Amino acid sequence: MQSIIKLLWLIPVLPLAAAGVGALLKRERRRASALLAIGAMTGSLVLSLAAFVATLPPADLPRAVCNFDWLDFGTASLQLGWLLDPLAAVMLVMVSFVSLLIFVYSTGYMASDENFTRFFCFMSLFAAAMLGILIANSLLLLFACWELVGLSSYLLIGFWYQKPAAAAAAKKAFITTRIGDIGLLIGMLWLYARAGTLVFYDRGHGCLEQSALSQLAGQTILGGMTISTAISLLIFCGAAGKSGQVPLHVWLPDAMEGPTPVSALIHAATMVAAGIYLVARVYPLMDGTAALEAVTWVGAITAVFAAAIAVAQNDIKRILAYSTVSQLGYMMMGLGVGGVAVGMFHLITHAFFKALLFLGAGSVIFGCHHEQDIRQMGGLRKLMPLTFAAYAIGMMALCGVPLAFSGFWSKDAILTAARQWSVSSVPFYLGMTGMFLTAFYMTRQMFYVFFGRSNPAARPAPESPAVMTIPLMVLAALAVLAGLLGTPAWPWFDAYLKGGPASVDFSKLVSGRQIAMTLLSATVIATAMAFGVRLYRATAAQAPRPADPLEAKLPFVFACLRRKLFFDEIYDATFVRLNRKFAQLANWMDHAIWGGLVALASKLAVALARRNSAFDERAFNARFDATCDGLKAGGKILTRWQSGQAQRYLRVIGLAFCALLLLMVWGCK
Amino acid sequence: MPNNIPFYLAAAVTLGGAIAAMSLRNLVHCALCAAGAFAGLGAIYLQLGAEFVAAAQVLVYVGAIAMLIVFAILLTRGGKVKLTARQTAPNRFVGFLIVLLVCASLAGSILRSPSLQARTLALPEVTAPAQRIGENLMTAYVLPLETVGLLLTAAMLGAVVLAIREEPEARLRSEPTAQRRQALEEANIS
Amino acid sequence: MSPPSQYLIVSAMLFSVGFAGAALRRNAILVLIGIELMLNAANLNFIAFWRCGAHPEALTGVMFTIFSLAIAAAEAAVGLALIIAVYRHRRTIQLDELESLKG
Repeated sequence: MQSIIKLLWLIPVLPLAAAGVGALLKRERRRASALLAIGAMTGSLVLSLAAFVATLPPADLPRAVCNFDWLDFGTASLQLGWLLDPLAAVMLVMVSFVSLLIFVYSTGYMASDENFTRFFCFMSLFAAAMLGILIANSLLLLFACWELVGLSSYLLIGFWYQKPAAAAAAKKAFITTRIGDIGLLIGMLWLYARAGTLVFYDRGHGCLEQSALSQLAGQTILGGMTISTAISLLIFCGAAGKSGQVPLHVWLPDAMEGPTPVSALIHAATMVAAGIYLVARVYPLMDGTAALEAVTWVGAITAVFAAAIAVAQNDIKRILAYSTVSQLGYMMMGLGVGGVAVGMFHLITHAFFKALLFLGAGSVIFGCHHEQDIRQMGGLRKLMPLTFAAYAIGMMALCGVPLAFSGFWSKDAILTAARQWSVSSVPFYLGMTGMFLTAFYMTRQMFYVFFGRSNPAARPAPESPAVMTIPLMVLAALAVLAGLLGTPAWPWFDAYLKGGPASVDFSKLVSGRQIAMTLLSATVIATAMAFGVRLYRATAAQAPRPADPLEAKLPFVFACLRRKLFFDEIYDATFVRLNRKFAQLANWMDHAIWGGLVALASKLAVALARRNSAFDERAFNARFDATCDGLKAGGKILTRWQSGQAQRYLRVIGLAFCALLLLMVWGCK
Repeated sequence: MPNNIPFYLAAAVTLGGAIAAMSLRNLVHCALCAAGAFAGLGAIYLQLGAEFVAAAQVLVYVGAIAMLIVFAILLTRGGKVKLTARQTAPNRFVGFLIVLLVCASLAGSILRSPSLQARTLALPEVTAPAQRIGENLMTAYVLPLETVGLLLTAAMLGAVVLAIREEPEARLRSEPTAQRRQALEEANIS
Repeated sequence: MSPPSQYLIVSAMLFSVGFAGAALRRNAILVLIGIELMLNAANLNFIAFWRCGAHPEALTGVMFTIFSLAIAAAEAAVGLALIIAVYRHRRTIQLDELESLKG
């Protein structure tokens, strides 16, 4: 690990350099920009794999850190650097691999877009920032990359900025995550004030190391809450914003205005995972505090809420967006009940199958000439078989169909841990409800899009080009195989994160608890799918699709769910209106008060200038003119002595001679 | 001075000539009376024993300068001067007063001077032989001599340049030459 | 009156007469004559002091007078040439009419 740590900084810097160079490329150089981005990402992937290999057990160190002083001010100094541990390594590989696949996919998807170059520049920037978050050695550096990720998200959501909806969605995303980031910033500052450092691991002095943690856990503040709990809650605010937990989830569905590769990369696999990663990273701080309870509850509620809303959506990407929010809730829940390994495993598997689903949806959209309403689609199973196969695998992984798919194993770990949670078992039931709803809405979506009669007006194209289907294949394979890393029989992932070896033990697979869980999951999923099939088979037979049968059965519930439980409307009526009023007040103040002051100052200045000018005229000019006139008059007097007459001069000489003589005579006396 | 009478005579001639020169109306009369004054002065020099100076005085002043003055008077005759016109400068009363003042101060300072009163009536016999003067000129006073020569040359040239009459034809003759020169220069440049 | 005083009084009188003419007469040539008379008065002063003063054998006064004579001649020549030139331009040599240097 010591050798790779020296090169670790290249992992984010390569895409950053690609973004920098790409920003300077002309719009016509599409191939150059794509090659630049893909080449940089390949380099990052290679380095990430090397780092991953270095952290595999037996590893020489549990963690390698490279801190260096960047800015010295007096006794303290600002340290930058990077760290490498199993958590970071596995995330590096996942992020760089998925990014690379999506970059390749984008060359096909964005081929008809004229801003191809700009797209790859922004995507590289995003990749650089995300990789920076992963290897940041301190909360400060993490926060810097965090903000950069937010910026890239804004730029990419609003990629088609001419569309007002896209511009508004980008703004909404940025502002909503900002609200969470305020909490994160306050938590950071507080942590710095208490612990004296924001560096995670610094030879015993880091803020996540024992001395700092015990110091923080020892002090209590209002309400009997320890400082570490308070700071953890504040940091969780930032994570909740970025990872779309309720109530800060409102930006994620709107973020689907961006191109589909953006949705796949940022809003499925990576950026939204940054919040989860943050919680995992500062887990030593959160461990044992009440903050983890809050994390669990928020996660559980999010999981159910979002799944419910997804049932009534009609945009293919929006369904997937709510699905992402729901799965993020699962991840948070997993972190809260089961620890880092449980939550992170679901993050890794989710990254693969959600990216797969999004890319598949992109393939469908591409094939249907950028049609996104599922009611206009249908029968694509026969027309786009590869896409259908990949999408089906992703859907089953998402639902958590037992045994064969990675989603099952990761969700199983979460639910098992939730079942055994000491505080309450409500999150377990909420998780089961969420699983039911997930299977239901995914079945609904499959029927609407792939089954039944195809819409003649849609005119879908045959299968998408190879650059788009090959990444789908790769992700589909991973969606199945990744599950093998976290089965109870061989808990490799768990052991890897803790740094020890994993033992293969098939008996765990057939233990009573495990079989019960598996059967329960299977039952729930089968019930949900059967329900969906029954409801939607008839609907799928007609094209374009008629009204949703669920709407007929539960009109009020369906309407609420379709309106996203009125979150946006509530926010608009309260916060947005308040903000607008405040802005108007500030505007008035600016015009009336400050503007008035400025006008007053200017009037004063003008009056002063006028007075100065008058004074100047009266005092200086007049006096100067008077002096000149006096000189002229004096000169006129003196000129009378110059008569031009020689004899007068002679007489004066004579007179002077007499005077001189008198002076000499009387002077000598 | 033992010979008082010749002295008084010479002094009377000098002063009378001078006063006449300054008061007569006719300019030529003035010039001639001035010449007489100069001659009287020469006589006084003789009485004082400066024979060479007396000779020089008569030669230069009477012989040259007085003649020069007569020539100038004759050359500047005519014009607007009428014999009945006023002869004296404006503000003559003030001028006269100033003259009286000058005269009084001079005479007064001479008469009141104690060192002058103490002279004896008898003066030693002194000669100023021309040979001695010539020797002095060539040895001790050679530099002033040469300088005066230079000065005289310059004065002569200056007087000629000042008084020369400009020929109108000479002016016309000089201009075409300048024009021809300019044309030649232009031809050379191109 | 002592001998030198007599000569000096004569010289003073001569000087005053010359000065009177220079200061009071309108014609430029008469002014010039007055100037010559003043110069002559000075020469007489020199000779008188030479004769009645100390070291007459040095002939200092005589030498001085000789040079003064020469210079007076030169000055008279140039002055009259000037007067002639002025007469040519202005057709007048009455000094009170020649006041173009009036300031």
